[in-house]
Amino acid sequence: MATIHVDGKQYDVDGADNLLQACLNLGLDIPYFCWHPALGSVGACRQCAVKSFRDENDKMGRIVMSCMTPASNGTYISIDDEEAKAFRATIVEFLMTNHPHDCPVCEEGGHCHLQDMTVMTQHHSRSYRFTKRTHLNQDLGPFIGHEMNRCISCYRCVRYYKDYAGGTDLGVYGSAANVYFGRAEEGTLESEFSGNLTEVCPTGVFTDKTHSERYTRKWDMQYAPSICASCSVGCNVSPGERYGEIRRVENRYHGELNGYFLCDRGRFGYGYTNLKDRPRHPLIDGATVTSDVALGAARGMINGASKVIAIGSPRASVEANYALRTMVGAASFYDGHATQEGELVKLALQIVRDGPVPATTITAMEDADAVLVLGEDITATAPRMALAVRQAARGKGRALADEKKVSDWQAISLADLLQRDSYPVFVASVDSTRLDDIAHATVRAAPEDLARLGFAVANLLDASSPAVAGLDEATAAQAKAIADALAAAKKPLIISGTGAGSTAVMQAAANIAWALKAKNDATGLALTLPEANSYGLAMLEPQPLADALEALASGAADTLVVLENDLYRRAPKAVVDAALAKVKSLIVIDHTATDATARAQVVLPAATVFEGDGTVVNYEGRAQRHFQVYDPKYYDASLAQVESWRWLAVLEAASGWKILDDITGACATAVSGLAGIVDAAPGAAFRIDGLKIAREPHRYSGRTAMRANQAVSEIRQPVDPDTPLSFSMEGYNGVGGLDRPAALMPYAWAPGWNSPQSWNKFQQEIGGHLRGGDPGKLLFAGGATQAYFTDVPAAFTPSGSGSGFRVLPLHLHFGGDELSSRAEPIRERASTAFVAIARADVARAGVNGHATVSVDGELVQLPTFISDTLPAGTVGLPAGFAGVPFVAYGVDATVSGG
Amino acid sequence: MPGYLPPEKRSPLQQLGDILWGVYTQLRTIVMIFSHTFRKRDVIPYPEVKPYMPPRYRGRIVLTRDPDGDERCVACNLCAVACPVGCISLQKTERPEDGRWYPEWFRINFSRCIFCGLCEEACPTTAIQLTPDYELAEYKRQSLVYEKEDLLISGTGKYPDYNFYRVAGMSIEGKPKGAAEKESAPVDIKSLLP
Ligand code: SF4
Ligand code: SF4
Ligand code: SF4
Ligand code: SF4
Ligand code: FES
Repeated sequence: MATIHVDGKQYDVDGADNLLQACLNLGLDIPYFCWHPALGSVGACRQCAVKSFRDENDKMGRIVMSCMTPASNGTYISIDDEEAKAFRATIVEFLMTNHPHDCPVCEEGGHCHLQDMTVMTQHHSRSYRFTKRTHLNQDLGPFIGHEMNRCISCYRCVRYYKDYAGGTDLGVYGSAANVYFGRAEEGTLESEFSGNLTEVCPTGVFTDKTHSERYTRKWDMQYAPSICASCSVGCNVSPGERYGEIRRVENRYHGELNGYFLCDRGRFGYGYTNLKDRPRHPLIDGATVTSDVALGAARGMINGASKVIAIGSPRASVEANYALRTMVGAASFYDGHATQEGELVKLALQIVRDGPVPATTITAMEDADAVLVLGEDITATAPRMALAVRQAARGKGRALADEKKVSDWQAISLADLLQRDSYPVFVASVDSTRLDDIAHATVRAAPEDLARLGFAVANLLDASSPAVAGLDEATAAQAKAIADALAAAKKPLIISGTGAGSTAVMQAAANIAWALKAKNDATGLALTLPEANSYGLAMLEPQPLADALEALASGAADTLVVLENDLYRRAPKAVVDAALAKVKSLIVIDHTATDATARAQVVLPAATVFEGDGTVVNYEGRAQRHFQVYDPKYYDASLAQVESWRWLAVLEAASGWKILDDITGACATAVSGLAGIVDAAPGAAFRIDGLKIAREPHRYSGRTAMRANQAVSEIRQPVDPDTPLSFSMEGYNGVGGLDRPAALMPYAWAPGWNSPQSWNKFQQEIGGHLRGGDPGKLLFAGGATQAYFTDVPAAFTPSGSGSGFRVLPLHLHFGGDELSSRAEPIRERASTAFVAIARADVARAGVNGHATVSVDGELVQLPTFISDTLPAGTVGLPAGFAGVPFVAYGVDATVSGG
Repeated sequence: MPGYLPPEKRSPLQQLGDILWGVYTQLRTIVMIFSHTFRKRDVIPYPEVKPYMPPRYRGRIVLTRDPDGDERCVACNLCAVACPVGCISLQKTERPEDGRWYPEWFRINFSRCIFCGLCEEACPTTAIQLTPDYELAEYKRQSLVYEKEDLLISGTGKYPDYNFYRVAGMSIEGKPKGAAEKESAPVDIKSLLP
């Protein structure tokens, strides 16, 4: 604590902060550009100038940069000082001398920090009469637009991209007034986190290209608090809609998960919801019918069936899965994960929920000082974790600074102290990963061998955990190095998950974490999961998928209801074909056209995550609610997509469910593990000052014209019975004495702060938790000590001859995720399908540029990628890619040339 | 009213004065009205004769073109947000040939418009302008919904010279970086000269 005096008033602040942060924390406005809560201070822009005085009698004072000055006890400053104000106005004027003045055609306009700061400093007319310096732009790929003339040289972009996100292909070039922020050569930005540049850059240099195509200003979009559906981290997002289309996805700050940053898959992968060929009308045998006809047909099929079974979905909400389970009964409700994946998720649940080490939050990961990633490429399977692990590695800089009594916001000093040093990160995976660049050591091996390494590490940490028989010397040495680093760490962190497809890998990771926990209470653990709501589905305890397919193929069940699931991604094609061939009636509820909807007699169009309300449970066991962003029927009354749970509530009329709260409440009562889901966000009856919360900013334009081409008389705004949000600008918009609960904040805006920097106005302290608590409700209460897992697998032995190879699923950031891979920009960014083969095996397989791969009887021809990192005797197939067969764990494939 | 007394408190002499004053004003009014018989006519036989409207009269809204004949509107949405009744809506798109921003569609609901002129004031390109045409009556309200085809005129309106793209830095086909007003040629970033 320190006491500072600002413009004659006395405040208590955190003395470890800089003055800028301290003042912003107090709600005082100081204009700034180059400081960012996650990037620290560099003093590059000179915008945050204030007058500092020696003591209360000093009347002269001197100008200091508030972001570079500690908020030490007894500081006297003035923000309102005339000289300081004039100084700040001059700085903006300087920064604007070369500005192209193209706000009307700038995608940043309306949420531009430069606009905000220019207004805040009251600079309005230029005195510079000379010519402006200009730059050429670069094509940076399908995600990011580039307009260099708008740059104010704050260096935020490179500090984020290179230092924070570990990117190597964005830099600063030129000198003096000519500095240029871009790539050495035009080309697609390589980092999986490039999208954050659009929010980090305070100007319109880097903007969202996917948004630009169908551009709408920030004030003109309708928003809702939503959850990214592209992985199990569950980052909070704020999607914006206009004219019935999702136009962009922006970060929605969460103090324990995503913080200020998202990954590119989550940010740019929304396009699947706008696809024209999505099911938006009920279909019977491919022909469009009304909802009543389709429901009648579905009811007829269900009532006329000898036995109905249902398959749930890890990408559908808890409510949808629960409604389905209620309709068919728990015994007939089957898992939507592939069979083995379902087992892995169950195991993860057992480790994280029932074990002694709960899942570590993303922000807590950033504080780890030794990290082991076992069996995962987290940049693909839980991308936001990878960004956090990068911060953990860099965290050593903070420790070094602490020793030298340097404040941790001194970004340049920290980097100087750190040089190339970092906290130890070990990456053990089946192939090279996108995190290898920060790894102190990497291990590439088949899942069995990764598990053996893990078990060996655990055994070194605690001799009572099972030992690994027959470990080779090299692996033993690796295990020793890892165990030593983890044991020496203050906050060790183990990350593993379902990505390797192996229970043994996850068990080994659990053993390590549990062995460490016994000695060090600060041990962290995180297990990634296949999909956004994997836990939510697993906690409903579905039967294994294989049993469902078996029951169908054998004729034990003749009618199947599939919820938001493409079965062809969950089991080998032949098995699914055999099962579906026997089905009398197939009813599919989905929002996306899949091979399963193509075979269905009845298709009920579901809402995507953007079009519906629901609750999902992330890797920590945090139940989070996503809210409907807009009502599609407002623009086209014929559209029939509604949440899957709503279809099921109508089908199951006896349930009496009318609104979301009914079904969430019923689920919470029926399933004890899910009791907390009602607290994920306030229910429909919640009001602030008697008002619902507005989804639209108060400046939302065109209300009386947007539908006028259909009918000049305005229709009533859609009503939302399910949530405390309104489809309108009418309602509480956060400007007033009261805060909206963090789970109900549709978008970030505060008076004078139109850019994402406005999140600072809603945090308990800058960069910390949101006021009123971060969104979501942790469902896991904390487990107890468990016995170690003891099934140490035998080492992997490649079949030395012939054409048989073990198939390993390779996870890629782009292209493998079912939904985002349908978005056009992601398709452009993703690689095409391939088969990876170890260099040592090229001759044996006889491949030459192309290979024919046969898995479970399915033959595909794919281009080959010769890998120097893949273990010998294995081939890698990109998991989830279109044109790549389903791969179960441990299956072999035959590979032959061409 | 200072010095005013209600009638019952006024003296009889004062009351007589009141009556005479009343008679005088009545007669004056009658004389004035009949004097109009001999004056020049104020009303005009509309619609045969149209009244003069100053150029800045705020009537029917149009979208104008720049001096080169291209659409001026860059779909910035500022008119829409300035509109107090929310009767303007549009969608930005980009011309693939030259990179210009323009509205894919542009709609004004004149049944809601109050002709306040705030859109014109907000427009950074002088595209949207109010004109002296006030004859907007329709039998069907739906006919008051104007689309871009109905709004776009072929001239520059009140501002014959302004061309946004010559001033702003965004490059379009035919106007590369450095070619806007007050711009110097793009820098060579590989050079280390200051
Ligand atoms: S960066 Fe900001 S100030 Fe510059 S043109 Fe874009 S919106 Fe306007
Ligand atoms: S490009 Fe943006 S973030 Fe980078 S220096 Fe310029 S203004 Fe700052
Ligand atoms: S890390 Fe996962 S949840 Fe977060 S934005 Fe990326 S895909 Fe979405
Ligand atoms: S303000 Fe002018 S340029 Fe912008 S959208 Fe309206 S008419 Fe077009
Ligand atoms: S914010 Fe302080 S110098 Fe840029």
